Amino acid sequence: MNLTKEDKILEVKNLCTSFFTDEGEVKAVDGVDLSIEKGKTLGIVGESGSGKSITSLSILRLLQEPAGRIKEGEVIFKGEDLVKKTKKQMREIRGNNISMIFQEPMTSLNPTLTCGEQIAESIRIHQKLNKKKAWAKAVDMLKLVGIPSPEKRAKQYPFELSGGMRQRVMIAISLACNPELLIADEPTTALDVTIQAQILELIKNLQKELGTSLMIITHDLGVVAEMCDKVAVMYCGKVVEYADVKTIFTNPKHPYTIGLLNSVPKHDEDVEGDLSIIPGSVPNPFHLPEGCRFAPRCPHAKEICLTKLPHLEETFDGDKVRCWIHSEEWEKQGKAVNAHE
Amino acid sequence: MSNQALLEVKELKQYFPIKGGVFGRTVNHVKAVDDISFTVNEGETVSIVGESGCGKSTTGRAILRLDNPYSGNVLFEGEDLISLSKAQMRKKRKDLQIIFQDPYASLNPRQTVSQILEEAMEIQSVVPRKDRRKKIQELLETVGIGAHQMDRYPHEFSGGQRQRIGIARALSVNPKLIVCDEAVSALDVSIQAQVLNLLKDLQRQFKLTYLFISHDLGVVRHISDRIIVMYLGKIVEIADKKALFDDPKHPYTQALLSAIPSTNIAEKKERIILKGDVPSPIDPPVGCRFHTRCPYAFERCAVEEPKLMNVGNGGFQQVACHLMDEQAK
Ligand SMILES: Nc1ncnc2c1ncn2[C@@H]1O[C@H](COP(=O)(O)OP(=O)(O)OP(=O)(O)O)[C@@H](O)[C@H]1O
Ligand code: SF4
Ligand SMILES: [Mg+2]
Repeated sequence: MNLTKEDKILEVKNLCTSFFTDEGEVKAVDGVDLSIEKGKTLGIVGESGSGKSITSLSILRLLQEPAGRIKEGEVIFKGEDLVKKTKKQMREIRGNNISMIFQEPMTSLNPTLTCGEQIAESIRIHQKLNKKKAWAKAVDMLKLVGIPSPEKRAKQYPFELSGGMRQRVMIAISLACNPELLIADEPTTALDVTIQAQILELIKNLQKELGTSLMIITHDLGVVAEMCDKVAVMYCGKVVEYADVKTIFTNPKHPYTIGLLNSVPKHDEDVEGDLSIIPGSVPNPFHLPEGCRFAPRCPHAKEICLTKLPHLEETFDGDKVRCWIHSEEWEKQGKAVNAHE
Repeated sequence: MSNQALLEVKELKQYFPIKGGVFGRTVNHVKAVDDISFTVNEGETVSIVGESGCGKSTTGRAILRLDNPYSGNVLFEGEDLISLSKAQMRKKRKDLQIIFQDPYASLNPRQTVSQILEEAMEIQSVVPRKDRRKKIQELLETVGIGAHQMDRYPHEFSGGQRQRIGIARALSVNPKLIVCDEAVSALDVSIQAQVLNLLKDLQRQFKLTYLFISHDLGVVRHISDRIIVMYLGKIVEIADKKALFDDPKHPYTQALLSAIPSTNIAEKKERIILKGDVPSPIDPPVGCRFHTRCPYAFERCAVEEPKLMNVGNGGFQQVACHLMDEQAK
């Protein structure tokens, strides 16, 4: 785990992003720490509303201001803090160094331009190529992402393509500038599984070929297991566990991670009787629990969990866990407080 | 579970017209469901799986006559639902309920939970008025919502709780069959597990029969007794759960199962990656509809449509694929 700065393409430190609404402040991202190694893939998992998307939008500085604002923290990309960059500098970084793919390709593609024009345009903004050369490169990109008869497809509009094809076009656009980091927010959630398999395979192959670092946001633990090297599990705006993929799936430590893994019905395994569940539901973002955010649902919670927020601590095997169980104080604590059966 | 058929779907077709030209004439049809037959026994959970546009939801809607089918028969306890008048069908819905993916869209935002349940009982007049309040309380407790919350509005509940309200509404008329159309798909996994357990529990308690429509094969494996796999409006395989997951026979079923990313990182399996996209249901391929993407397709597949045939040794398994013939030879 002793990585030097150079090995990390991105390092997020104590990122805090809030939304200020009529009802009050929503701490969407509340002290997130994570990092991505060069050429590697980080997965972010967690339930709806846990702050996955806002983390990525904060990194890219694409928050809807002024309602949403980064309050604190650093986003170190290649040694420089993105939080301190101007809007103009960020636009350049988003065009040249970091790209993003969203869940619904239809809403992020321009319906009035052909696919070829859109790719060529993003090439021309960032590379000084003439129209003809940019078009040729656009067709190359379509070919690269596995679109059959790319010359013909380049002349078509997004609505003329299937969902899987559109996602390929999105990938082509986002890779056109040779980004060092690609952030993909639920890139395959809207797609059918057989098409998802195609797209995941494509992303993996392109990553190998181009050496791109990758951050994948997903609620699908299968996708994480297939794609990622490292995993950050988020709950209520915080990272509760951060470890390599093998550890997360074979030796998870945070009670939320364990609960999450157990409640997924698996297609390749029989479960006798009922699924194991996490009782209750995610707390209201305006009334977060004071101590550990997971305490109201946690089968192990003790007194300290209700009052004091645990830190993200490194365990003996390099796994990082935000839970009192892994502290020295734990043994001194009394009985568990939640009487879940 | 019994071997008594509760629902029999026979040669069901659902074609939606495509209008065109100046006169708005029907120029073609989307063949959303194209001649499918299956049986659901009392107390059983039968799932329909397949990718978007394969006809899963259309089948569910046609059975309940939310859209009247183009042709075919739907026998419920031996009675043909298709021949019923509208008024008769409305009465029949007491026995056949449906739960949708988005509970929010199907709950009236201006009604409290108790009004929603009361209205359902009123329409079907199953519970005498004086007993309704008590029944509502029971129903809410059954689905795990405190009865003290009965005067709240849908927006005051979380997604999982709203789905529980949708379930309570379906239960309020004492149905025999519930069609669950992607009923847990929009829920987070931890909440999804709660609702799945609830559905199983209710089935035991009230001897319910489920037709469970889902694209999630993990969920389907957990809840089903038998599974129907559809592709482009056709059934390609029907089998007992064990046979389907342990020994899938249709090349599409095999590809579908192998495409699902697995959380089992110790055992990486070789993946079958299908080429291309699902063809259009307006103009589906002739012969076997899967032949354009099938890794094993041979000449016969492009000309002759395979029929569903029994292949199970012991258990129940039917497959529509010419390879079955070839292997039998
Ligand atoms: N524009 C906004 N105004 C107010 N609150 C917001 C806004 N956008 C997001 N939030 C809140 O921020 C929190 C984190 O949201 P975020 O979109 O990051 O979740 P997520 O983990 O990506 O969830 P999902 O899995 O549903 O995509 C949530 O509580 C959400 O309600
Ligand atoms: S800190 Fe306490 S409540 Fe939180 S996850 Fe750990 S044991 Fe559970
Ligand atoms: Mg999101």
